[in-house]
Amino acid sequence: MTSVPTSHVLLLAGTLFAIGLVGLLVRRNVVFMLVSIEVMLNAAGLAFVAAGSHWGQADGQVMFIFVLAMAAAEVSVGLALVLRLHQRFRTVDADAARELGGEGVASPAYGAVAADGGDE
Amino acid sequence: MLRLAWLLPALPFAGFVALALLGRRLPRATATAVGVGSVGLAFAVAVAIGAAWLAAPPAGGAYVQHLWRWFDVAGFAPDVALFVDPLALVMCGVVTGVGFLIHVYATEYMRDEPGYARFFASMNLFVGSMLTLVLADDLLLLYLGWEGVGLCSYLLIGFWYRDAANGRAARKAFVVTRVGDTAFAIALFLIVRELGTLEIDEVLVRAAAQWPAGGTLAILVAALLLAGAAGKSAQAPLQVWLPDAMAGPTPVSALIHAATMVTAGVYLIARMNVLFALAPPVMTAVMIVGAATLLLGAFSALAQRDLKRVLAYSTISQIGYMFLALGVGAWSAAVFHLMTHAFFKALLFLGAGAVLLATHHEGDVLKLGGLRRRLPVTFWTFVIGGAALAGVPLVTAGFFSKDAILWEAWSRGGPVPWAVGLLGAFLTALYVSRVILLTFFGEQKHAAEPERGLRIQLPLVALAALSIGGGWVHGGFDRFLAGDAHGGEALFEVVAAVISLAGVGVAWLAWRRGLWARPDGALQRFWRSGWGFDAVYHTLFVRPYVWFARANARDVFDRGADAIAGLARGGNRLLVASQDGRVRTYVAGLALGAVVLLAIGVIFARPEPAGAETATEVRP
Repeated sequence: MTSVPTSHVLLLAGTLFAIGLVGLLVRRNVVFMLVSIEVMLNAAGLAFVAAGSHWGQADGQVMFIFVLAMAAAEVSVGLALVLRLHQRFRTVDADAARELGGEGVASPAYGAVAADGGDE
Repeated sequence: MLRLAWLLPALPFAGFVALALLGRRLPRATATAVGVGSVGLAFAVAVAIGAAWLAAPPAGGAYVQHLWRWFDVAGFAPDVALFVDPLALVMCGVVTGVGFLIHVYATEYMRDEPGYARFFASMNLFVGSMLTLVLADDLLLLYLGWEGVGLCSYLLIGFWYRDAANGRAARKAFVVTRVGDTAFAIALFLIVRELGTLEIDEVLVRAAAQWPAGGTLAILVAALLLAGAAGKSAQAPLQVWLPDAMAGPTPVSALIHAATMVTAGVYLIARMNVLFALAPPVMTAVMIVGAATLLLGAFSALAQRDLKRVLAYSTISQIGYMFLALGVGAWSAAVFHLMTHAFFKALLFLGAGAVLLATHHEGDVLKLGGLRRRLPVTFWTFVIGGAALAGVPLVTAGFFSKDAILWEAWSRGGPVPWAVGLLGAFLTALYVSRVILLTFFGEQKHAAEPERGLRIQLPLVALAALSIGGGWVHGGFDRFLAGDAHGGEALFEVVAAVISLAGVGVAWLAWRRGLWARPDGALQRFWRSGWGFDAVYHTLFVRPYVWFARANARDVFDRGADAIAGLARGGNRLLVASQDGRVRTYVAGLALGAVVLLAIGVIFARPEPAGAETATEVRP
């Protein structure tokens, strides 16, 4: 079994990471943004595994298990947020859901400031 | 009984505290009970103390009640102590008695005000401060009361604070009286430095012992006290605030700007009369100020169109009479006039208030008329008050007190002050008759509601009774106050009576010929503006001050502060731009930051020392 040079694997990991980052930056659909994050996480995991293999240690693979567990947790929370987002805004467009910045949808809480005037 | 003296200021202060803390939560009836009841109880205490005094005067003619030591700093240790003597008793009776009647009146007058509790809280604070002022054994405590009444005056002139003009009037009153107050404070500093105490009796004793009559220090201190008194009592040249102070509710004008606070200056000079006697030039100055103000106020009152402004200028003029009496050394005559003036001027103001209630605050006398039939009680009591002000002979209190001043002016000051006082008496009769004729006689030009109930009418009737009966105690009053009584010369009484009746007659003739409603001449406009004092002060003080403030607003320190504000604003804009709510922007920011950090790490990473590899425990 011929070994793949570490530099090639790292190059692949870097490419995957870049693809994920670009996907995150250009997609507006929240689901696809989550998928992009998964791609980036896996790129990082691949780099760990490659590094572990390079140094002949199991630490890289152990780290990848951690990354997987973390990714699973992140996706479950992330998907729950996506559901809430969809219920509230009827869209999964991340830009359409923004409320900050002064030009978005005003929060209903602002209107309820209690006005207690003077004694007259 | 005299030991109850501390209750006099304590009761209204307690009322103030209760109303100020709980006023908005109390039902209106409770607020009324507290506001009026506290002053009523204080009046009862004042009557009880007065009765006890008349039954058995304490030895030495004065009673001092030490309450507690205020503070003790470097040998200067003023007490909070009350000093009760005939002068203080008279003042207490006037303040609580007239004050109580005005409070009763105000429960009806201010009936529909949303700030009802706030009004009575301020009024109670005023009565408490005024009683502190007149009962103070120590000039420092007197000054506390002096400033307290000034504060309440400000609060109550600006009571209807939603109208910016009322706020301006309140500020004007506060600032102008402050000019006098500053002089008063400097006088206190001088007294402490030279005599080492502020206890009034001790000050007078030490001043008489240490300062030669006509000495520089005596003159300086007396002149400064005169400036303070002139500011508070609206005497020339500091009289400009009082006409504008009519912006406040009418009960306030009656209580503060007619009966009590504005006479504080007279009280101060009467209280310090020993000190003033040491400074003959200042006594002359007091007389000149009084005479000038008397005429100035009377002429101005003659040309006013607003009912309350007539009364305001009349108050200025009548206090001028008191200063005239003080200036010739007849301080008991001044205090007697102070008392009768409190009765009839409070009555006139309350009557004016009743007219304003009926006509929905139409105060222009040229637009009123014929209210005699519509408001009979107001009319008759107003006529009684006007007669007392004009000094209609034999029946009114004002005649006796004014006659006492005229007689003293002649016997102690000579013919010139007497002639000025006589001219003033003629003008007084003229302007008060003009107002009564224009308001109550002739055809009715303005719709008027019927009179309100007993709470308006009872104070009017009570004050009318005092305006008539208050003069008959003259001889006893002098004995009570000064220990001697001297009746006026019959001839002088006749002359004064003829003069005041002549004033009434001339006013009636002029009214019959319609002269009062004629268009204004230049002289009338000049008098109406209060002899142009406001315009002069505006040019002399206000405009330069405003100009200087504007010029000073852009100085280097201000630029520094502006720069800091600009920096904060710029940073704010920058950070606001970064927080646009777009998730992708944040991601881009994160990526960019990571790249920058990595670049820094790569560029500035130090070359690793040889053998560093071995430290990481590499297994083959």
